[in-house]
Amino acid sequence: MTLSAPGPARNLPQYGALIAVLLANWLLFPDFFAIRLQDGRLFGSLIDVLNRGAPVALLAIGMTMVIATRGVDLSVGAVMAISGAIAATMTGAGWSLPAVLAASLAAGLLCGLWNGLLVAVLRIQPIIATLILMVAGRGIAQLVTEGQIVTFTSPSLAFIGSGSFLTVPMPVVLTIVALAVTALLVRATALGLMIEAVGVNRLSSAGAGVNTPVVLVAVYVWCGLCAAVAGLIVTADIRGADANNAGLWLELDAILAVVVGGTSLLGGRFGLVLSVVGALIIQSMNTGILLSGFKPEFNLIVKAGVLLVVLLLQSPALTLFLPRPKAARPIGTVKPPVAPTSGGAKP
Amino acid sequence: MSRKWVISAATAAAALFIGLGAVQAADKKLVVGFSQIGSESGWRAAETKTAKAEADKRGIDLKISDAQQKQENQIKAVRSFVAQGVDAIFIAPVVATGWDSVLKEAKEAKIPVVLLDRQIETKDQSLYMTAVTSDTVHEGRVAGEWLAKQTGGKCAVVELQGTVGSSPAINRKKGFDEIVAKNPGMKIIRTQSGDFTRAKGKEVMESFIKAENGGKGICAVYAHNDDMAVGAIQAIKEAGLKPGKDILVVSIDGVPDIFKAMAEGEANATVELTPNMAGPAYDALIAFKKDGKAPPKWIQTESALFTPDTAKAEYERRKDAY
Repeated sequence: MTLSAPGPARNLPQYGALIAVLLANWLLFPDFFAIRLQDGRLFGSLIDVLNRGAPVALLAIGMTMVIATRGVDLSVGAVMAISGAIAATMTGAGWSLPAVLAASLAAGLLCGLWNGLLVAVLRIQPIIATLILMVAGRGIAQLVTEGQIVTFTSPSLAFIGSGSFLTVPMPVVLTIVALAVTALLVRATALGLMIEAVGVNRLSSAGAGVNTPVVLVAVYVWCGLCAAVAGLIVTADIRGADANNAGLWLELDAILAVVVGGTSLLGGRFGLVLSVVGALIIQSMNTGILLSGFKPEFNLIVKAGVLLVVLLLQSPALTLFLPRPKAARPIGTVKPPVAPTSGGAKP
Repeated sequence: MSRKWVISAATAAAALFIGLGAVQAADKKLVVGFSQIGSESGWRAAETKTAKAEADKRGIDLKISDAQQKQENQIKAVRSFVAQGVDAIFIAPVVATGWDSVLKEAKEAKIPVVLLDRQIETKDQSLYMTAVTSDTVHEGRVAGEWLAKQTGGKCAVVELQGTVGSSPAINRKKGFDEIVAKNPGMKIIRTQSGDFTRAKGKEVMESFIKAENGGKGICAVYAHNDDMAVGAIQAIKEAGLKPGKDILVVSIDGVPDIFKAMAEGEANATVELTPNMAGPAYDALIAFKKDGKAPPKWIQTESALFTPDTAKAEYERRKDAY
């Protein structure tokens, strides 16, 4: 119980930032919150934020686990490209949907296993270990597609990208499912505690009986799986696999989402839901910029400015100067009631 | 000193070799060395394939060297072509600068150099014989002119730009803007970067549709490349509108998939960036070898406009070249 349970105040910068960005979008574009049904599917800018944010949110879920072990996975963008390339190529060759999905997910699993073994068994630093696959993975994807955009017409695979379940777009559904499964795995079992323990101190957690290699391999495999699902979504969405561009630089967006969500790159305590909120903040900005009519030259500057503000709000040095609701509780006292959505609250 | 000596010896040997060859067989096959950038896109692969096919047509022996996106590999390839004593060297330069010294070596060996699809920056224009490229500003103009004609000069256009700061994006915008300026009824109501990709093209178009009253205020979308247009078409469909009818779609490049979309009535026009850069270069080279007449410094390829009536045939013709 050495990891102090954070109060709701710790989540304020994230939720506050999300609400602020959404309100800014609404001011720029009054119809921002308007939602209607289109062909049995929810349709509106807010839905776009959720739908377009889904791939990065999925990556962020896997990345949170990895970062909590004091690691990082730079290869997720390349894994997306591989999984998408396999899905599109196999679908084009006439394989059935279950076989295609199984192969794509297996590719993600293998990539994760590779990263995990490099980090856990060979003890290569995560940033270097995953850099290998980041570079090589895109090459593998290009080999699969032979350097072309492989398109397909199968409506069943396309459904993953542009279909809907009870009017909710499939990418959003898949993200919610991934979030729920991950939260269940790490919060309903001791796995989450072990992940945090490995992140805080790998040696002493091994000494305390945690099977650190297995925990490490597991988080990288999970991260690879999440990336494979994200790759499927992106490929299904455009009905084609673009090995050169699918998931390009998204590893950075995913890391950013996790950091904006308040999880430290130094490992230990993590917040799953907050990482997804981080991904939504990033996507709300992207969508807002597109709606606003700013010149494209300003896109990156606006994005950087807003992110800087969010990160400053979380900065320990700056928060000292801000009025705080109440000083931190003494360690080991009764936990305050925690909203069910704040995944980062329970140690 | 010694290095220079080796190079000049090699060139001298090469020159001697060519001379002997010319004496022995007057109608010997022309040998062309082609330093290609790589195969990073479908278009690039098509350019290489077309170069081979056009060479076969003219009975030219083409040697291709793949530089894998690296200038150093291209420089090595050019040196080895010089050493082999080829009749001409074609380069698709990966970057614009840093070519002077290697081109001087080719010039000293009296081997004409032709640049394909991209220009270089050099003070000494005599270092290359000619450059075969497309005029990307003109491509934007052709797209704009088609749209102006089609809509009677009245159209609210949304524009999907290429990667911010890239020269095709700047030029294709410039050419289109010229036509918009000439037609008071034409207006670009929204413009954003779609990074030349399908995924971003789709995402940006989704926002444009929402921002313009569910797409009702949009007459046409102009995309700087076909891939973004293909993404935009999907966004239009998912918003419950008909691409090609409710919102006109015009783009540039002429890749197979846009012909497929046109054949299905979902796109209206594309301006081709022809992958046949080598064909005009061979013709210029053959003319030069025959009567020593140097071609102009710039050979502009045709920016042909394609519309749905020929789309099906064009798709069949192209789908294997890319």
